[in-house]
Amino acid sequence: MPTITYREAVSQALWEEMERDERIFIMGEEVGVWGGTYAVTRGFLDHFGEKRVRDTPIAEGVIVGAAAGAAMAGLRPVAELMTINFALLAMDQIANHAAKLHAMFGGQITCPVVIRTVGGAGRQLAATHSQNLEVLFAHFPGLKVVAPATPYDAKGLLKAALRQEDPLLFIEHATLYPTRGEVPEGDYTVPIGKSEVKRRGRDVTIIAYSKMVLLALEAAQELAKEGIEAEVIDLRTLRPLDLEPVLESFKKTNRAVIAEEDWRSYGVGAEVAARIYEEAFDYLDAPIARVAQAEVPLPYNRELEQMALPKVADIVKAVKDMGW
Amino acid sequence: MTEATLPAEQRVRRPSDQRKAAEKLDKNEILDMYRKMVLIRRFEEKAAELYAQGKIGGFLHLYIGQEAVAVGSLAAKREDDHVITAYRDHGHALALGIDTGAVMAELLGKATGVSKGVGGSMHMADVSKHFWGGYAIVGGHLPLAVGLALAAKYREEDWCVLCYFGEGATNIGYFHEALNLASVWRLPVLWICENNRYGMGTAIERASAVDQVAKRAPAYNMPAMQGDGMNVLEVKAKTAEALEYVRSGQGPMLLEFFTYRFRGHSMGDPERYREPEEVARWREDDPIGRLQKLALDRGVARQKDFEQIDAAVEMEVAEAVRFAEESPDPTWEMIQQHVYVNP
Repeated sequence: MPTITYREAVSQALWEEMERDERIFIMGEEVGVWGGTYAVTRGFLDHFGEKRVRDTPIAEGVIVGAAAGAAMAGLRPVAELMTINFALLAMDQIANHAAKLHAMFGGQITCPVVIRTVGGAGRQLAATHSQNLEVLFAHFPGLKVVAPATPYDAKGLLKAALRQEDPLLFIEHATLYPTRGEVPEGDYTVPIGKSEVKRRGRDVTIIAYSKMVLLALEAAQELAKEGIEAEVIDLRTLRPLDLEPVLESFKKTNRAVIAEEDWRSYGVGAEVAARIYEEAFDYLDAPIARVAQAEVPLPYNRELEQMALPKVADIVKAVKDMGW
Repeated sequence: MTEATLPAEQRVRRPSDQRKAAEKLDKNEILDMYRKMVLIRRFEEKAAELYAQGKIGGFLHLYIGQEAVAVGSLAAKREDDHVITAYRDHGHALALGIDTGAVMAELLGKATGVSKGVGGSMHMADVSKHFWGGYAIVGGHLPLAVGLALAAKYREEDWCVLCYFGEGATNIGYFHEALNLASVWRLPVLWICENNRYGMGTAIERASAVDQVAKRAPAYNMPAMQGDGMNVLEVKAKTAEALEYVRSGQGPMLLEFFTYRFRGHSMGDPERYREPEEVARWREDDPIGRLQKLALDRGVARQKDFEQIDAAVEMEVAEAVRFAEESPDPTWEMIQQHVYVNP
């Protein structure tokens, strides 16, 4: 199987889907002439032309709103928000409009808009450009939120996103773009709303998504050296959240650590832990642990930034603190 | 063809336009406009009554006083043009010919309502009639209108989008983002501002740096026209002219109609912000009375014609209420079923 980068995977998914479906077009800041701030759409403008690769003004509200409107009228827009931090400027269009339209008008309107954006920390971009805001968006019924960790999942999930009918926020991680992974040639999709076991193990369940999956897998390797076999589960989709593999794993291991890059308070880990407590309380051998970002606006200083972010060692320690 | 620069006076009155427009109208057209305006008026009065009885919940924003804007402008639209508006949306729904019973049933939250009883007063849509609905976040539907128009252009179809909003929506960022992008991409949107002078209780002079919305159009390199929103014939004529421009592919246009709501912002409005004399002055300008008087003066229709319509409308509204009251509530299953298309 060929090995490609996460960036190439996203790019391939868009390219192939645009070849497949004339209704799909891309709009956003710097997607055309520039080729995408993260170079995902490089070469698209030359190939697909200005009609389907549309540079926009810096105006997130109308980027998402116009994409949603075009989706209502039957097109398949991909709205690109340069980073998830700027998605706050489009929050009303995402939460009050796109996410509500189908239900609020009694099922008459569908809004299959895919909003691609980039989240995550670790590039010394300081407090306003380094956030993990996925939970804000995962809160809304009506919206789907996807956050892939691997090139294989990124490509398959984005293709699936462009073949379904609901508004969907697709969160790529800024530091994952150069990472590599095996991706088959030819068409495939990964189902939205399905978690996946990324590593088998019997002793503890580590639940993660996006970049933290890679850290969890590293942590599992370290733990294995000491005879602790961790099962690693990648949520992949945050809404709708598929907890089946998590509960199944937990009933076997009786211990869980949730690794997330967002802030701990009200985070993904809080939701997952609550659900495990609700649905598998009898299987609990230890309190569920959360490894998350420190509760500070992220500093620019490299050392301080790294101090605030969750690391492999934190996951290893959280597991060991459970009684090994 | 357009009036990008504006007269200095606050309210634009052009009797000549009215006469010119009337000459082109036939009796059927006048009576149809009269019927629609009276239907909206009686419907809204009945809605207020039902609200007082507790049969309608939530917020209720009545269109009374502004009837000429929806009726006149929508009379100028082509069958396949698309419409989107704000939360004061009953008038647009009725002017589009959406079933009166279905609109009333929506107010009563019934399964037979246009939005299946889920949307309520502020969220009425009928996609089968290209009516994308009422939107209750002020200015929030302006970007959606841009997207609808983008779809027309993308598919190389020549329908237009008529996007309605109040002058209160012109100070929010969406107005700027949406008008700018529509102009940059030369999209077929007709922006129709229903300037009723007050955003809830705040007069335009207290909220806007310019007291006429059309003055903003040059900033978006967009032509603008203004008109008397209490004159249904003028509204229709100007909308037709504007639609011709928008449909030609030259880009969007801004239309501002000066109008007035005779009732409060919503049912819970203490009306501390305007004098009763001001309301009374505008009531003398009632769009229904004006059309009727014009038609009688010019001998286009007779009193009997209007009386027949009045009686038929009374029955239509009564029947709509009966239909709504007898309709079933939506089911819990229906609500759950519409959270996602592909759960």
